[in-house]
Amino acid sequence: MAHEETVYDALDHAHGGEGQWAFGTGFDDPLAGVDTTIPDGVDAADLGAYCLMLGDDALVLCQRLTEWATRAPELEEEVAIANCGLDLLGQARLLLARAGTCCVLGRSREHATDSIPDEDALAYFRDVDEFANHHLAEADGGDFAQTMVRLLVASTHRLALVAKLRESRDPVVSAIAAKGVPELTYHRDHAARWVLRLGDGTPESHRRAQVAVDAVWPLTADLFTATDVELRLVAQGVAVDPADTRDEVRDVLTMVVERATLTVPAWPADRPSPGRAGEHTDELAPLLATLQGLAREHPAATW
Amino acid sequence: MSTLTDPRAVAETVTDPELPMLTLADLGVLRDVRTEDDGTVVVTITPTYSGCPAMGVMRADLVHALHRAGFADVDVRTVLSPPWSTDWISDEGRAKLAAGGIAPPGRATKHTGPIPLSLGRTMRTATCPVCGSADTEELSEFSGTACKALRRCRTCREPFEHVKEI
Repeated sequence: MAHEETVYDALDHAHGGEGQWAFGTGFDDPLAGVDTTIPDGVDAADLGAYCLMLGDDALVLCQRLTEWATRAPELEEEVAIANCGLDLLGQARLLLARAGTCCVLGRSREHATDSIPDEDALAYFRDVDEFANHHLAEADGGDFAQTMVRLLVASTHRLALVAKLRESRDPVVSAIAAKGVPELTYHRDHAARWVLRLGDGTPESHRRAQVAVDAVWPLTADLFTATDVELRLVAQGVAVDPADTRDEVRDVLTMVVERATLTVPAWPADRPSPGRAGEHTDELAPLLATLQGLAREHPAATW
Repeated sequence: MSTLTDPRAVAETVTDPELPMLTLADLGVLRDVRTEDDGTVVVTITPTYSGCPAMGVMRADLVHALHRAGFADVDVRTVLSPPWSTDWISDEGRAKLAAGGIAPPGRATKHTGPIPLSLGRTMRTATCPVCGSADTEELSEFSGTACKALRRCRTCREPFEHVKEI
């Protein structure tokens, strides 16, 4: 390309004449050219619902992490948290786009115009009761210790899940999972090292880390009970039963917390996840208002 | 049209938006270029990270470059599997990174079963791209883009970026 051209010229060339919807992830369908045929014997509605569960966990936690932008204790840490959020956003985009190819769009199309891609319709135009994320993702970030303990728990759980999902019979889910493994591996390592440093640090950092562990632990109750959708997809070779991740998740978390000289709280009794059923705490609606407000205020805006 | 060059040669000139010293071919992002019977050029690319924000620009740059070279019909497709690894950066790409002041990645570790936790300091090593010293330390695992870490040379004291192994 001639040197006087900028990247914007190429984008303009590619999308010339058509206004680009203003709030989307933009110019790119993350599944462009990917074979999105639903495998034989797999229920599309179930597969789409499953992708929303995993996608919403990533999207909502990403939004929580980005709340640290301009507020992190040091610049390097701000960049680190934003990078983890960006990886989760990428995973969410792929999963929400996969849900779109399964025609699982909830009520989003009641608000979103046809020109808005499925992944954006799902992110911006579903109501709070249509989100399927665990409460673990939506819980208020708290202080830095709580952010790192929650990131440790969430990345440990998600890594255990996607490591197994690499064997999914849906090739799209399998590929998304395989891409997520190295990303979640360094999220978990990063969070674990911070929990060690805080727990085995000053009396104040130790105190705060223990408060964080005690606050986040009850949220693990929701992580290990399969929904009916998951059970049907496990039978079809598509999904992982979250109960099969329980031992690994508890072992990793116990090891980190003990090494951090903190007390491992009693594990809460497993329960069906209210978040998976669309029942959320009061903390999710304000998060979604921030995420969705501008797009909903100006749904037809282009640039 | 005999005046057209090989579409692969055109696609291989397109550079990465964030690492402009590298072509998409050097980076291992360009997976395939072929011409279908009807003349459509089909280009296959793969994202580095799930959230790589540069995919749309890469796609547009490829289409633009091929259009300018005279190929009217261009289809840029994504492939997600197998996932991209820094092991796919070519030797030429590694040399260009070092010449551009960015330490190239070492070999990536692959796991098939459960992923072991790594609690110690990262054991990555990198040679200073400024003075060539191997005595360097990691300042931050995260840098200006998701794919790089920030390091400092203990010999010449210069900070530099390092493409992380994944």
